[in-house]
Amino acid sequence: MKCKTIITELADYLDEALDSNLRAQIEEHLGKCKDCRVVVDTCKQTIEIFCNSEPAPLPPSTRMKLHEALAKRLRRVRA
Amino acid sequence: MSSSRVGPIVRRPLPSQVVKDDEPVLVAAAKAGDISAFETLVNRYERKIFRLTQNITQNREDAEDAMQEAFLNAFQHLENFEGNSRFYTWLVRIAVNQALMKLRKRRPNVVSLDEEVDTGEDLVPRDVEDWGPSPADRYAQTELGGILGKVIGGLDAPFRVVFQLRDIEELSTEETAEALGLSVPAVKSRLLRARLKLRQALNQYFRRGENK
Repeated sequence: MKCKTIITELADYLDEALDSNLRAQIEEHLGKCKDCRVVVDTCKQTIEIFCNSEPAPLPPSTRMKLHEALAKRLRRVRA
Repeated sequence: MSSSRVGPIVRRPLPSQVVKDDEPVLVAAAKAGDISAFETLVNRYERKIFRLTQNITQNREDAEDAMQEAFLNAFQHLENFEGNSRFYTWLVRIAVNQALMKLRKRRPNVVSLDEEVDTGEDLVPRDVEDWGPSPADRYAQTELGGILGKVIGGLDAPFRVVFQLRDIEELSTEETAEALGLSVPAVKSRLLRARLKLRQALNQYFRRGENK
């Protein structure tokens, strides 16, 4: 298996969406190729950093605008 | 090297992702016209929806407008929510449509989000450097939020929208394809490129030995 194949299969590998045969071939390559292993590992960390990050609170002015607009318009919708 | 296996993506259960037991009751009450029940749902999801509209539009005013319209549309069309998916997933689909409308209006020349994107770029990564364990812990939460917002804003819209839905909102490939009117292979192709580009962009912040 070539390094280029690791890259093209990277997303499905991380999503555990590959059949067991291809997965085994990839893992055999990762055991021998440090560069590919670093790329796969840092790509995984990239996803984890994003999906495990809580969103920041709304800026106060944004939150005030949202709730004022909703209060006004929701009552109109219901009327 | 101790193991050739890179373990599965670890998604920690964040407080904002816990579906509270009262959600079906709140949705039913809001369907019956109870505004305060709907406002409770807004309070619960406003941070996540604003991050989504901000990440897609890359413009604060557009993000605020798209968020407002998303919540209002959700209230107006609540009778169409049949409970086959999570309420939040249904809300995300409305919000992403509002954000995309804003993006297209402001940047009509942006590459169509609906077309196949072949950048012709070589996918082979540059800067192959180890990050070490828990690289995000080197930054305070607000600082990390700024970094993540900056790097996702550096992606072209077709890539950042797919990444947002798949990896941040955790929609499936099929749900993302349906929400964006794309084929499954197109979603997969864009997700791969988005993940590689973000990895590259984050490398400068997280490589081992990086001094803040």
